[in-house]
Amino acid sequence: MAQVEDKQAQGPQGPYSWPSRKDSKVIGKNHERMDGIEKSTGAAKYTYDVNLKNQLIAKALGSPHAHCRINGIDTTAAEKVPGVVDVHILPHAEAGSEIKWQGELLAIVSAESEGAAAEGVDALKVDYEVLESFTSDSDLKGAEEAGVTARGGGKVETVNEPGDDDDEDEWVDAEIERLFKESKHVVEGYYGIDAITHCCLEPHGSTVAWEGDKLKAYLSTQNVSGTDEGFANDLEISADSVDVECTYIGGGFGSKFAPDYWGIAAARISKRTGRPVKLMLSRDQELKLGGNRPSGYLQVKLGANADGVVQVWDSHHWGTSGVSGSGVSHTVVPYVLVPPNYRRKATAVRTNLVRARAWRAPNHPQACAITQTAIDDLAATMGKDSYDVFMANLVNANNEKADVYAEEMKIGAKLIDWKAKWHPHGKGERNGSIVEGLGMALHTWGGVANTSECTVKIHPDGGVSSFCGTQDIGSGTKTVCAMVLAETLGLSTNQVTVNYGSSTYPFSGASGGSTTVGAVSESHRRAATDALTVLKGKVAEKIGADAGTLVASDGRIHVAGNKDKGLGWKEACGLLGLKPLEITRGHTRGDASPLSNSGVGGVQMAHVCVDLDTGVVKMKEFVAVQDQGLVINPVTCKSQIYGAVIMGIAAALYEQRIADPATGALLNAELADYQLARLGDIGDIKIELYEPESERQRGVIGNGEPPAISPVAAISNAVANAIGARVSTAPYTPQRVLEALKNA
Amino acid sequence: MKAFEYTEPRTESDAVALLSEQPGHTEILAGGTDLVGLMKKMIIKPERVVNIMEIQSLQNIEQLEDGSVVIGAAVTLDEILAFPYMENYPAVTDAILGINSMQLQSQGTIGGEICQRPRCWFFRNGTGLLDDKQVVEGDNRYHAILGNTGAAKYVSGSRIGPALIALGAQVRLVGPNDQEQIIPVAEFFRTPRSEHHRETVLDSNQLLTHLILPAKQSATNATYEVRHGAGPEYPLAAAAAELEMDANGIVRKASVVMGQVAPTPWVSAEAVQVLVGKPVTPEVAEAAGRAAVAPATPLSQNEYKVQMSMVAVKRAILRAAGLETGGF
Repeated sequence: MAQVEDKQAQGPQGPYSWPSRKDSKVIGKNHERMDGIEKSTGAAKYTYDVNLKNQLIAKALGSPHAHCRINGIDTTAAEKVPGVVDVHILPHAEAGSEIKWQGELLAIVSAESEGAAAEGVDALKVDYEVLESFTSDSDLKGAEEAGVTARGGGKVETVNEPGDDDDEDEWVDAEIERLFKESKHVVEGYYGIDAITHCCLEPHGSTVAWEGDKLKAYLSTQNVSGTDEGFANDLEISADSVDVECTYIGGGFGSKFAPDYWGIAAARISKRTGRPVKLMLSRDQELKLGGNRPSGYLQVKLGANADGVVQVWDSHHWGTSGVSGSGVSHTVVPYVLVPPNYRRKATAVRTNLVRARAWRAPNHPQACAITQTAIDDLAATMGKDSYDVFMANLVNANNEKADVYAEEMKIGAKLIDWKAKWHPHGKGERNGSIVEGLGMALHTWGGVANTSECTVKIHPDGGVSSFCGTQDIGSGTKTVCAMVLAETLGLSTNQVTVNYGSSTYPFSGASGGSTTVGAVSESHRRAATDALTVLKGKVAEKIGADAGTLVASDGRIHVAGNKDKGLGWKEACGLLGLKPLEITRGHTRGDASPLSNSGVGGVQMAHVCVDLDTGVVKMKEFVAVQDQGLVINPVTCKSQIYGAVIMGIAAALYEQRIADPATGALLNAELADYQLARLGDIGDIKIELYEPESERQRGVIGNGEPPAISPVAAISNAVANAIGARVSTAPYTPQRVLEALKNA
Repeated sequence: MKAFEYTEPRTESDAVALLSEQPGHTEILAGGTDLVGLMKKMIIKPERVVNIMEIQSLQNIEQLEDGSVVIGAAVTLDEILAFPYMENYPAVTDAILGINSMQLQSQGTIGGEICQRPRCWFFRNGTGLLDDKQVVEGDNRYHAILGNTGAAKYVSGSRIGPALIALGAQVRLVGPNDQEQIIPVAEFFRTPRSEHHRETVLDSNQLLTHLILPAKQSATNATYEVRHGAGPEYPLAAAAAELEMDANGIVRKASVVMGQVAPTPWVSAEAVQVLVGKPVTPEVAEAAGRAAVAPATPLSQNEYKVQMSMVAVKRAILRAAGLETGGF
């Protein structure tokens, strides 16, 4: 039995705080990723690498049609393929079922080998009745004619209010008309951003095995602590009967929160066959089903005063998140810079495409791309420097971060040398067919700490281990946990063992919404602080000192200011006797805490070159200035920003889910055809962590998603600055650039 | 992937003996960069795979006494780049470098490069290569702008093909049995009339064994590709040019071949007509580019490729003449 301390040491917030910048030994210092070697050498075992003894390999058949009815599936030939053990028709593909998007899995073949499973899938004979499909999400008129639109929400806000006798709609029409007449500058524009897919390098999937009535699931997931319940609910067993494990994950980006129906099916097949089953989506299935970000297309008219500050905004946007409609939420339109008067209306377009999944900072990148481009067009209309127009519009910032943005803009401008390089839109120097341009955008995000519990065990031999049901989605969570423990206990990170990635450990929330760094910093700091308090008590007794005067640093617990009066770590731990000290502490999402906070901002600037003859855009330089409260590990924090910016560059210039307008088939659902940014495409990326004392005092805030928000708008604005014309819709491909130039 | 019989012959004749005259029955495996993906997706399902990488005669690259360079079909693309006698064939090395992938360059072979199947996304998604309705009504942004009036509307996959034709290269084919022929690369590519035909004249019981680059006295040839990004994606437009100029820089003879525009590499007599008798200047090169795309018949979504192909021709000519191309 371990010694269990399960009461908070003091009050709800306890004695928890972060050391000052000066006193920090580990926090705020660059620390290399603790699993970097494993990952770079291939020693790290991802879900895809898990192979269990006697396992079956399962492969699935996806619908080739975007919309069809299944009249029946003949499994006879598939069952006869040598090596095939099980053929499973999914419940939604029973005879008579309607399939509403291409790629939807219909049946799963489990076999002794991958080849046999594939041959089994190929031998399935499906009787399809092809139905009409609609996938042209940008085509609002076509969608209306097809009857696939629905109201997607909206809001009107005006400084003046209608009189009691006024018809509200008529009054709003008149008031907005009046505001436009009063405006010194009016801009009308159309902006869009196509849907993209998550493209996780490791596809969705799992290897599952039953041990009696207990299910062990090796699942590629961002939600270790929550997916046991996901399995349990569908399999009608208790969550206690499911152990989910995921130590390494090859990309999630918001798409891997659940076991998914194919994971549940794998568990059913495993139960039926009595053998472990491995089912990972194929590459095309991953791109078709594994996750996509909704599209957004916006028609807007805005009016600004003589200073270029927007006073009135009137927009209608539409887009799709697939079969359920919806699209980009109206609540983030216009984005961050919200004028005092606005009318926004959204229309949802229902398409024969799989439902969207969360993609880094849901809604924000699209909203930024389709609205902050209009701010830049305002600058172009006025013939003013975009930087000055953005700066002027900070009075409209809706998140009380105007001052922070202003500082971040100044830093960004200096890093990219904005004032020296900027030129009026389309009026830059031309070098042969090459022109250059600058653009900027800004963003916001929450980043609240998720709920998280952590057990810290201190062993009598000095060993320290932590247990937390979080996951490291590649962002350096393990390293952060170790750093927090080391800082708190006065040790180095190699003296602590961090255990995570198992649902048998104390609960920790899903890694979504940039909530993990706050979550694990909270739980690890709290548990370690309280464990140290117990240990200090024992040391105090031993050396005859007041426990309140003791500190832990450099591997000793000693009286503050007197290193000699104290004990070495190991000796101190020896005072625990035979039993380890075990303390579990946690934080609940939303509770006020001195350790974490929410609400971040960032400013990004892009410098691009465009070849006017070919329409090819090339990144030259990109600057990201980001605030995120207190930074635990600057190097992995910056890594997050690099990754986000690179994904943003990809979305701006290359990425696009292409659905065939005639058939609804997804045409580029292979990485050979789905273009992403390569190292040679990203230019020089400069990152600045904005962390003055005022930010540091706020505590830890997540930054995983926010830097992925601004790149598309910043790059669009840079392209517009370079060529003097707006390429309306992202990605800004050579084709679209040439078309914009032709129509300019 | 469907189960298949795997064979590993050691001689050309053993390989030919393993090939079937029945289209689709047997596939030749070299680097496998194209074949394996197509087999995994069950787009092609051979009964037998013939690995030619153990055939010694296909591994050689050498310069013959007459100055020509003979390259075995199984020679990898990076071996060609490393071969010391390639300096007069920049059109070939430009195209190989443009592939921008260490993996494809080190694994892919020259034979495989020119025999690769089209990138057409309808074909790659299993809905066939010659169903022109799906191309006309569907998303055809990457499809052909020339030679596209028949059922074939895809673009030829080979990136080196235009250079080989511009240079007057030949290929050696063997089979069936002991038959052997050497034909110009220009005659190697063809537009198929049915799904049973391939995109080259190579019959299913024939083996491409060698490529022969004619002797060249100068390096006045080049390939220029318009690429969207820095990755291994296929270019949006491409052209290869070879020029013969007199002492005054006047073009006496020329060859201009476009890639990514038609179901085969597209030889442009129109561009040559503009060039011959003139010195190469940006204006002349652009006029040649315009002449090259004048016969274009773009589909509903690929009008942009006309401008891009014009630029590719212009820049390939400028590069072949040793002039600045512009662009990135």
